[in-house]
Amino acid sequence: MRNHRDIKERIIKLFFSATSVTALVILVGIFLFLFITGIQAFGQITPAEFFLGSEWNPNAYEEPKWGILSLIIGTLMITIGALIMAIPVGLASAIYIAEIADSKTKEILKPVIEMIAGIPSVVLGLIGIVFLSPLIANFFGLNHGLNAFTSSAIVGIMVLPTIISISEDVLTSLPNEFREASLALGATKWQMIRMTLFPAALSGIAAAVMLGLGRAVGETMVVLMVAGNALAMPLSFFDPVRPMTANIAIEIKEVVKGSLHYETLFAIGFVLFIMTFIVNFISDIVIEKEMRKYKW
Amino acid sequence: MKKEDAKIEFRKVNFWYGDKQILFDVDLKVSEYKITALIGPSGCGKSTLLRCINRMNDLVPDSKIKGAVLYDKEDIYEKNADVIELRKKIGMVFQKPNPFPMSIFNNVAYGPRIQNITDKDKLMYIVKKSLRKADLWEEVKDRLGLSAFSLSGGQQQRLCISRALANNPDVILLDEPCSALDPIATAKIEELLKKLKDEKTIIIVTHNMHQAKRISDYTSYLLNGKMIESSQTAEMFSNPKNDLTRDYLNGTFG
Amino acid sequence: MVTENKKQAIYFLFFKSAAFLSVLILLFVLLYIFEEGVGAININFLTNMWSHRDITQGGILQAIVGTLFLAAGVSIISIPVGVCTAIHLNEYAKDNQFNRIIKLAIRNLAGVPSVIYGIFGLAFFAIFLKLGGSLISASLTLGCMTLPWIITASEEALKAVPFSFREGSYALGATKWQTIKRNVLPHSFSGMLTGSILGISRAMGETAPIIMVGATFFISGLPSSPFDKFMALPYHLFILATQHSSPYARQYALSTALVLVVLIFALNFGVFLWRYKLRKKKKW
Repeated sequence: MRNHRDIKERIIKLFFSATSVTALVILVGIFLFLFITGIQAFGQITPAEFFLGSEWNPNAYEEPKWGILSLIIGTLMITIGALIMAIPVGLASAIYIAEIADSKTKEILKPVIEMIAGIPSVVLGLIGIVFLSPLIANFFGLNHGLNAFTSSAIVGIMVLPTIISISEDVLTSLPNEFREASLALGATKWQMIRMTLFPAALSGIAAAVMLGLGRAVGETMVVLMVAGNALAMPLSFFDPVRPMTANIAIEIKEVVKGSLHYETLFAIGFVLFIMTFIVNFISDIVIEKEMRKYKW
Repeated sequence: MKKEDAKIEFRKVNFWYGDKQILFDVDLKVSEYKITALIGPSGCGKSTLLRCINRMNDLVPDSKIKGAVLYDKEDIYEKNADVIELRKKIGMVFQKPNPFPMSIFNNVAYGPRIQNITDKDKLMYIVKKSLRKADLWEEVKDRLGLSAFSLSGGQQQRLCISRALANNPDVILLDEPCSALDPIATAKIEELLKKLKDEKTIIIVTHNMHQAKRISDYTSYLLNGKMIESSQTAEMFSNPKNDLTRDYLNGTFG
Repeated sequence: MVTENKKQAIYFLFFKSAAFLSVLILLFVLLYIFEEGVGAININFLTNMWSHRDITQGGILQAIVGTLFLAAGVSIISIPVGVCTAIHLNEYAKDNQFNRIIKLAIRNLAGVPSVIYGIFGLAFFAIFLKLGGSLISASLTLGCMTLPWIITASEEALKAVPFSFREGSYALGATKWQTIKRNVLPHSFSGMLTGSILGISRAMGETAPIIMVGATFFISGLPSSPFDKFMALPYHLFILATQHSSPYARQYALSTALVLVVLIFALNFGVFLWRYKLRKKKKW
């Protein structure tokens, strides 16, 4: 009887452990497929040509070009631009929600910010095309507004909820003792936030920013629709760019499976995967450490 | 000390949560069909000691025990011990009443259902009997289907007692069961325990030494994880052998 | 001190505006889509098949149906696995290397770019498993992407059940599975369900993962088997916005966007209401 019971419990426990392996299998699967397919491209292209070549033109008549530098720069420009816009607004909002707002206001603001995260990227891209880019074109006297600047703005909006909610979590998890000690010494609330809370929350906030960065690097639809998709090396923020994600999305439908072009797209995918993996990994570690520090 | 064979016995028990040692070489003999009280200042390890008896400490990761805890002369921590069966023979009532978010009936029927009793009449019989034993039947007999949370704090605690009784355990462990209750509810439970000891072995942790004096047959005084003194209640309170015990009982500290 | 207070007032005003900026942005997006999109919305738009030649004669029924089919497929694939994983993590998992790796994998999956899921789906489901561009390929691909969201939502629901319930159950001699089945799952079920619905609603808005595994701009009729290609609202809207030549394309893109947004927000709002009602009923 007891053996029966114990065996049943064991089987059930094993079942649940097995299902949880699925996530790991998927991650490893993604890594493997990207790597195995992508690495084959380097049978015909040198890494130097791939990473440092400034021209990407797989369909060029005489000599196809496989340099992804302009793609990488496109990704970086949009990511940096998005963060420049999202970090100040995001941090300010997080401070307001965590430390200043009363609970009723909090009850409204937090779901609203969550809802921004719920707007599909394709819809934001659409608004970028029909509303924001003509506006920016007008304002800055350009031919059209499909460039790094416009897409940075929209990607910035997409990244806001991530930065806000994680930073707010970090601030809220700081023990009340910090606040009480500071205020008891006669500090104003702002002094308390600036001189006590903010330094303590700094690494957690850095982690939040990193997660936002990861999101910006990986954003596909908005940049596909609004970034302009030009292959030339961008010289200013108002130039059209083609980040790595958009490049893959555009060209994957046209390539022949198994061709060199197909393989290089997977190689680009692998680069993207590694970038977001590293960013997420580091910010995870930082967040874990932060949360643990103040849990006691 | 105790002449009868002990129902439960601790032999040189040492216990750790992670690196922190809570119990140091604890010896204890608990007699059957008696109420044994564990007293001592807060943080002295009484609850930990109690939870060793039904191995609830197993739920805490990083817990370690050395020494023997005997139940009916068998070490409950030996390798092949059946913890599930042990917990069916030893019931527990917690400090804060923790009824399940179910009806009164389903709370009490939980234990029997776990043992695969599904017959409705049998369940009703057990529920009624357990609620009666816990002096709760008259108050709830017309509302067995209502949520357990519709009861007052004292009633919830008696519900938890009757839930424990439904398994027909030999031993009942109570961890400061009255600390969240008012004096009237407390008195009701104390009366109840005095009746229950006719059929059950009862061990109660209490920070209220007057309660220990009121209801227990034997008392053990624990300080900083060490067993200081164990004897018959009347004797301990009137003539404690250890100075530390005397200090505690006199209210010199704790 | 007066200057400090003044400084504080200015900074706090800035912070407050920043926070409410988010509200403004959300309201603007919703209102803009509504105002621009509502024009072409009528019964025909919602219930007719897509007309290739003259788009004003047709409707987006197939895209709506396709999105719903996809949601169903993703649910079937990711909810059971996600919930079971959450049960393992929250109820069984000890703090050891294996489980730390699993948690790391889940967090990283959540950060993988959507287009990467797309090409993975293409390479693995469509090509390697020979499922081709189809509803099932897309459901599997999106299912992988949705999995971490379902897991996180389900874990939260399980964590919300107080430990004292489990404790009381163990003390009565219940086994771990009996405790989970009788005392944890019933009280976390609605939380897991609502969290999963939120995850699925996010999946419905995703475009990049489905572009290469079966979403098409135009098919005749509705998909009749999981191996068919399909239309979907986000992809439909994307093509209308970027590649379609009809003068009405832009308008139709906006209207499609409106339908998609309404669908997603209706689900979110429904979950919000449901959770609100549950919270009021909850006695613990």
